[in-house]
Amino acid sequence: MALIQETDYGTPIRKSDAMVSLVIDGQAVTVPAGTSVMAAAMMMGTKIPKLCATDSLEPFGSCRLCLVEIEGRRGTPASCTTPVEADMVVHTQTSRLADLRRGVMELYISDHPLDCLTCSANGDCELQDMAGDVGLREIRYGYKGDNHLKAPIDTSNPYFTFEDSKCIVCSRCVRACEEVQGTFALTIQGRGFDSRVSPGGTDFFGSECVSCGACVQACPTATLNEKSVIELGKPEHSVITTCAYCGVGCSFKAEMKGNTVVRMVPYKDGKANEGHSCVKGRFAWGYATHKERITTPMIREKITDPWRIVSWEKAFEHAASEFKRIQTQYGRDSIGGITSSRCTNEETFLVQKLVRAGFGNNNVDTCARVCHSPTGYGLKTTLGTSAGTQDFASVSQADVIVVIGANPTDGHPVFASRMKRRLREEARLIVIDPRRIDLVKSPHVLADYHLQLLPGTNVALINALAHVVVTEGLVNEAYIRERCDPADFESWARFIAEDRHSPEAVERVTGVPAADMRAAARLYATGGNAAIYYGLGVTEHSQGSTMVMGMANLAMATGNLGRGGVGINPLRGQNNVQGSCDMGSFPHEFSGYRHVSDDATRHMFEALWNVPLRSDPGLRIPNMLDEAVEGRFKGLYIQGEDIAQSDPDTQHVTAGLESMECIVIQDIFLNETAKYAHVFLPGSSFLEKDGTFTNAERRINRVRKVMPPLAGMADWEVTIALSNALGYRMNYAHPSEIMDEISRLTPTFAGVSYEKLDLLGSIQWPCNEAAPLGTPTMHVDRFVRGKGKFMLTEFVPTEERTGPLFPLLLTTGRILTQYNVGAQTRRTENSRWHEEDVLEIHPFDAESRGIVAGDMVLLESRSGGITLRALISERMQPGVVYTTFHHAKTGANVVTTDYSDWATNCPEYKVTAVQVRRTNRLSDWQEMFLEEEQRLKRIETPLNAAE
Amino acid sequence: MLKPVQWDDSRASEIIAMHASLDGAALPVLHALQDEFGFIPDQAIPLVASALNLSKAEIHGIVTFYHDFRRTPPGRHVLKLCRAEACQSMNSSGLAIDFLSKLGISWGETTRDGTLTVEGVYCLGLCACSPSALFDGEPIGRLDMARLDAVVQQARDS
Repeated sequence: MALIQETDYGTPIRKSDAMVSLVIDGQAVTVPAGTSVMAAAMMMGTKIPKLCATDSLEPFGSCRLCLVEIEGRRGTPASCTTPVEADMVVHTQTSRLADLRRGVMELYISDHPLDCLTCSANGDCELQDMAGDVGLREIRYGYKGDNHLKAPIDTSNPYFTFEDSKCIVCSRCVRACEEVQGTFALTIQGRGFDSRVSPGGTDFFGSECVSCGACVQACPTATLNEKSVIELGKPEHSVITTCAYCGVGCSFKAEMKGNTVVRMVPYKDGKANEGHSCVKGRFAWGYATHKERITTPMIREKITDPWRIVSWEKAFEHAASEFKRIQTQYGRDSIGGITSSRCTNEETFLVQKLVRAGFGNNNVDTCARVCHSPTGYGLKTTLGTSAGTQDFASVSQADVIVVIGANPTDGHPVFASRMKRRLREEARLIVIDPRRIDLVKSPHVLADYHLQLLPGTNVALINALAHVVVTEGLVNEAYIRERCDPADFESWARFIAEDRHSPEAVERVTGVPAADMRAAARLYATGGNAAIYYGLGVTEHSQGSTMVMGMANLAMATGNLGRGGVGINPLRGQNNVQGSCDMGSFPHEFSGYRHVSDDATRHMFEALWNVPLRSDPGLRIPNMLDEAVEGRFKGLYIQGEDIAQSDPDTQHVTAGLESMECIVIQDIFLNETAKYAHVFLPGSSFLEKDGTFTNAERRINRVRKVMPPLAGMADWEVTIALSNALGYRMNYAHPSEIMDEISRLTPTFAGVSYEKLDLLGSIQWPCNEAAPLGTPTMHVDRFVRGKGKFMLTEFVPTEERTGPLFPLLLTTGRILTQYNVGAQTRRTENSRWHEEDVLEIHPFDAESRGIVAGDMVLLESRSGGITLRALISERMQPGVVYTTFHHAKTGANVVTTDYSDWATNCPEYKVTAVQVRRTNRLSDWQEMFLEEEQRLKRIETPLNAAE
Repeated sequence: MLKPVQWDDSRASEIIAMHASLDGAALPVLHALQDEFGFIPDQAIPLVASALNLSKAEIHGIVTFYHDFRRTPPGRHVLKLCRAEACQSMNSSGLAIDFLSKLGISWGETTRDGTLTVEGVYCLGLCACSPSALFDGEPIGRLDMARLDAVVQQARDS
């Protein structure tokens, strides 16, 4: 294996139907119109010397190295800024050009340290390469003149350094921050000789920088360099894999030295990210080898016992015998399993197979229950498939972008960069969110409308938008005639046209001015391609499924489905939330969303799995916990999920867990749920196994093993061994064999194989005979279900109400540097940006409670209370407070309730009636947490260590 | 004479708002702030950035690019001495060196009593009467040490 070197064309690849032929160095070449001379030369394999050009950035023409001669033109134009023209004759190597280039390099090097041998970029430096290419032999100017060699080094960012003395001021970093990331955190400070790259006159850590790594990626020298490279040296081989953080699913090159990751570099050929990254995927992978990783299996009789380290065999035997005992004693339905949205498709498939075939029931569920289950239900009902409709690239064709209950710049940063690029070009923006998220207003982005609604009123608002569309004659009638069920449309149109759905009628309920709702609806319906992007602010409500259907209604009514630039797009939270749903993780569905009661499907599974399967749906996670509290559910196998921290109403969750007799946890860390477990099976991180993840655009990406599993077994191997111990035989030598079984059993995956994935890089399902290369855009000629189905979306307010005791509404979310329950990111330097969960509160609400910034406050609901620090913020509207759930010790979900979506039980995280007051002590729950943190996480010292 | 006003966030916001809707508003806004307060303090950067929907780094880049923008308060009076070619040919350099050493300051600095700030500029378009300068915005030509001494005296007296 070697390091993968990607070709740099110097300027972006242009797409054009018109082709242009020219001659470069005597060789004829034909390229798309708009291509630069530099890129055209590279396409025929000729590298023109360059420093300020790289193909992720628009040409700049500042370094003066890429000069060429063009016959019939005066001077020596820069090849990066010169587009090709028909019959142009270009010379890239002449003695005149050689002199010019050498002269330019002499100037650069006269103000550059000559420490190549000890430089961290030695061997990976474009300046060094250029010195070689132009034949630099001497510096006639000497080194004694004014220079920048003593400029200080900025090491404030935890992951990279800025070594100003090595900077050649090519502006690649500044442009990457602007063009690629869209943050504009870098600038050139001063002028002339004093021109230096600066993060705005401060250090990097204190600046607007979001640490996405685009500048480090773009830097041609050692000026911006990863600290891990400085520490470890140059990597020697690389492996293409997929990030294990959010649902964007970025492709990375894991650059390695043996089994050690030196750095993760975003991969240009990755279709989800096209060479971009965020602070999590790019830098926050250190958790994989964190000292708190548990690498040996452990068991214990009671949760108050210390953990006892045992062999893998002993652990499997113990878990299997306990599950069997429980089933004998309490019945076949008394155990179940939970699959993980962080594990691979193959691993998820095996866990649900183990439950259905090995446990003999359908008690399997997944963490998607608590995030996007309404997406599955709502989109399947209206359109026919449980997934987003577009690929990410589609946003570049959108004219109107609607962001509902999502915070892409924090939750899905790499996609947010794509979106912001389109917004800077010309797209209009509507944000529907109770908080003023960064997209509402940040450098070079300004929402046309921010509908700052009250939490819990999504459906009223979407109905009002649809009302405007229907009553103002903005319906796309031709589209509906051709593609939708006419009777359903008629009854929906009558329903939605009723006065009670008008913006004026719901103004008081939603808190949004009627005129803004009308204007936003008109913009959506008439502004060209309109695309909806949404997140958990849509789904995590008691009307989550209704809202998803409401968005589908609106998109169908305006004809905004079935082509590029439009659609309804869930931004999936976790790396494989789409995949875990696809793989049959829900109690009522086999892989590919087919109901367990469907005889034909079930018989197919029974034939291949060689075991009779149940036709009745099993228990959902909340039902499992309820049944446990009632004493009927006693055993649970949980792979890679921490329900004690992530699920709502923590105290109800832990009461359920405490009532069980055998909980088997498979995880890389001793997580919160493990406090209540009896068997701990060490898990493997994404770096330690092969498999696939499916991202939010239905893209199946390969995960490739770069180091052996720390505990000796990958997660899929653990499930196989557990199943075999239980007596249900599983036998796979490699995850590719599991994928082969998935494709045999699942029509939407019929054409998927590892071979094809290696060939194509990634595949968007459905992939089968009808679409052998996959399906970037869904519902192109017709909806998957046939005719699009309009659903009546009555707004039924949640029963969670504010009142005198709990006058404020709490809504929850996340921030850029932390991820989900924080198990990974809290074990990285990312915590330097976010050390604790804080309560965001509007100045008005703070003042009336005597709260000043930084005060400790008690946040209390009908479910429970927690203490955290107050952050006074005008992002909030009066009456609404906000916090994140990244830190276990804060316990945000102690406060949330067990209200949930009427259709799918997705919890109502986003609406909780609360009160806030100053305090100077931890809440009762938090004190208990600290005590249990000691009591329930003890590990017995191994005997041999004690001796 | 300049009458620098104490920095005031709300006054600054008013000034920014007056110019924010112009095309390429950053320069007019920054000039207006400097006209009012005599300089562009650190607190101005986030205010201007937010009002124009630009990043703080971008505003920092603009402010540091133009030498005319001051980051610290000037003296009560400002003298801008031309250092461009025509004036140099009329010995502006030697004159400036002598003048600055007499005042005990260097380029861009303010006399210890806070009376006078001396800045360099590159061509005022007054080449015909080199060496030339601007004193509180008013052009003066055919400079010699006597004339400069008179300027200092005038500054001290007012």
